[in-house]
Amino acid sequence: MALFDKHKRAALFDPLLANNPIGLQMLGICSALAVTTRMDKALVMSVSLTTVAALASLAVSLIRKFTPSSVRIIVQLAIISSLVIVVDQVLKAYLYEISIELSVFVGLIITNCIVLGRTEGFAMQNPPLISLLDGIGNGLGYSLVLLTVGFIRELFGTGRVFGFQALPLVSEGGWFYPNSMFLLAPAAFFIIGVLIWFLRTWKPEQQEEN
Amino acid sequence: MEHYLSLLVKSVFIENVALAFFLGMCSFLACSRKVETAFGLGVAVVFVQVLTLPLNNLLLRYLLAEGALTWLHESLNWVDLTFLTFIVFISTIAATVQIVEMALDRYFPALYTSLGVFLPLIAVNCAILGGSLFMAERDYNFIESVVFGFGTGFGFLLAIVALAAIRERMAYANPPGGLRGLGITFIAVGLMSIGFMMFSGMQF
Amino acid sequence: MRLESPAYTLGFTTVVCVVCSLLVAGSNVLLKDRQEVNRLVYLQKNLLQASGLVQPGEKIPDQKALEIYRSRIEPRLVNLQTGEYESGMDPARYDQRRARGDPRQSREAPPNPASVRRIPDVAKVYLVKDGDEYSQIVIPVEGLGLYGTLYGYLALERDTTTIRGLSFYENRETPGLGAEVDNPQWKLLWPGRKAYGDDWKPRISLVKGGAGPATEDPYHVDAVAGATMTSNGVTRMLQFWLDDLGFGPYLRKVRERGGP
Repeated sequence: MALFDKHKRAALFDPLLANNPIGLQMLGICSALAVTTRMDKALVMSVSLTTVAALASLAVSLIRKFTPSSVRIIVQLAIISSLVIVVDQVLKAYLYEISIELSVFVGLIITNCIVLGRTEGFAMQNPPLISLLDGIGNGLGYSLVLLTVGFIRELFGTGRVFGFQALPLVSEGGWFYPNSMFLLAPAAFFIIGVLIWFLRTWKPEQQEEN
Repeated sequence: MEHYLSLLVKSVFIENVALAFFLGMCSFLACSRKVETAFGLGVAVVFVQVLTLPLNNLLLRYLLAEGALTWLHESLNWVDLTFLTFIVFISTIAATVQIVEMALDRYFPALYTSLGVFLPLIAVNCAILGGSLFMAERDYNFIESVVFGFGTGFGFLLAIVALAAIRERMAYANPPGGLRGLGITFIAVGLMSIGFMMFSGMQF
Repeated sequence: MRLESPAYTLGFTTVVCVVCSLLVAGSNVLLKDRQEVNRLVYLQKNLLQASGLVQPGEKIPDQKALEIYRSRIEPRLVNLQTGEYESGMDPARYDQRRARGDPRQSREAPPNPASVRRIPDVAKVYLVKDGDEYSQIVIPVEGLGLYGTLYGYLALERDTTTIRGLSFYENRETPGLGAEVDNPQWKLLWPGRKAYGDDWKPRISLVKGGAGPATEDPYHVDAVAGATMTSNGVTRMLQFWLDDLGFGPYLRKVRERGGP
């Protein structure tokens, strides 16, 4: 299909494993760690970020030929901030309890390096459709890491997946002793470190020089 | 007085913005290869935090909060501009960073050159915006904002210099290929974070 | 006009600002009412859970929660120091948190174990109606946990000492540890416990290692596993608000009157 030629497919799917924003580009890590204690929080955060990244890249790309170079970063920040505010308003209106738990982290999407990194690094130089796909793709790469870490932390930390008790707790007559360590902040770092290890062992081209 | 002291200790150690809340990670990981650059970035962060946090606090209190505009005219007490918080905060941060950049270039050119590209990158450092957002959420007053600003900035400085020191040593270690660089750094930061957790039992 | 000319730059940025403002302001105006309703319903659901009108963890539609609240709950304002009801202010509009921050409507608290810094002069209480009588009094409680302040509701029966329930609507504690104060299973441990000892001093506390059922061990509740600081925070805050600096005077007057 001409609509989904090689470049567009690359824009959409590369960021999942070959060029993952968190695993390789080292972007967007901040929120990845704090919101992954439960999968529902990780999911909402992933969707929010992907939405903002996609729309921001699209908007920036649409006006790229009219944007003076001296103000381009500020203009990108303005667009991103506005989109984040809208997403935050929507969350408060339709998913109130989750928005309370995500608290400041939705606002921090503004400074999430992925979004700004892609608008400045890609959308400013490329046509709208492929920029949109790039934004979605990087959002998906971020989501993949977030949901994986969230799954591991929630499952081993509480025995639950999306709130559903998958592993029966000893305190409720089952066999599973939850490992609360997974719910604490450092665990997220260890898990991501190990995920990066697996990813780079599988794809050695991503390994760093000594 | 002890209240401010305890707030300071809390923001530097117990709630370290980098090791407890994991904000500012991008520059935290990118600029921590050498102690010198880490220190430079840390100082810049302290500076920007101490300037922007109190300023944002004033803007929140006298411009954005519900009923904040009553000093202008009594009848404006229904106005609630809190939905503009994000954009106002990021604007003051970007503006402050720009001003700091210009001031450094004019009065401390050596420092300006050594910081290089990291100075403008502070504008999008989540730790800076995060600090302001926490301040807003916890309803700090002006003095608390100054203390909190200095505390979070200094906590970041402490964390990044410590990590740089560790990474300089790790450059001579020999981890497996997949862990080299980013992977082993993540694990090191996780361990540092556990170390900082020992402060969480402290209460003032 | 050239792309980099000052006039164009100014014009461009103005247009971007206007478009962004419309987007942002528009979304806020459109969604504000829903958000307000959400916030109110959230607080009300927690209140209803504390008083047992809704089971902890039970999911009920927002409309139903609003109905139950409107028909069964009566908010009142209380002067904390005298213990008398305050008239002259509309309880529905009273914002206790804002009053707490306003030096004209609050006072600084003397040093206390719960780390409460300011006490509002007037506080809100909620009376639960059961037909013609008031069956419960719900008091708001707040205090320092591990990472931040916990805000919740404590529901007491007419005798002002039997606890009907405790529900926190805001906490910043670690999920799975301190945040388990929000777990329906833990909330079920509270009904039937006693807040005050025989000398009418606050005696309710959280203890590690477990507590017996309410009939045998009324002054203790099992602390949250792995969350020492949060549990201690809960004990301290409950004892603070039950004592003379909190709702002590009001509850004493209720006992003297024979009812709320």
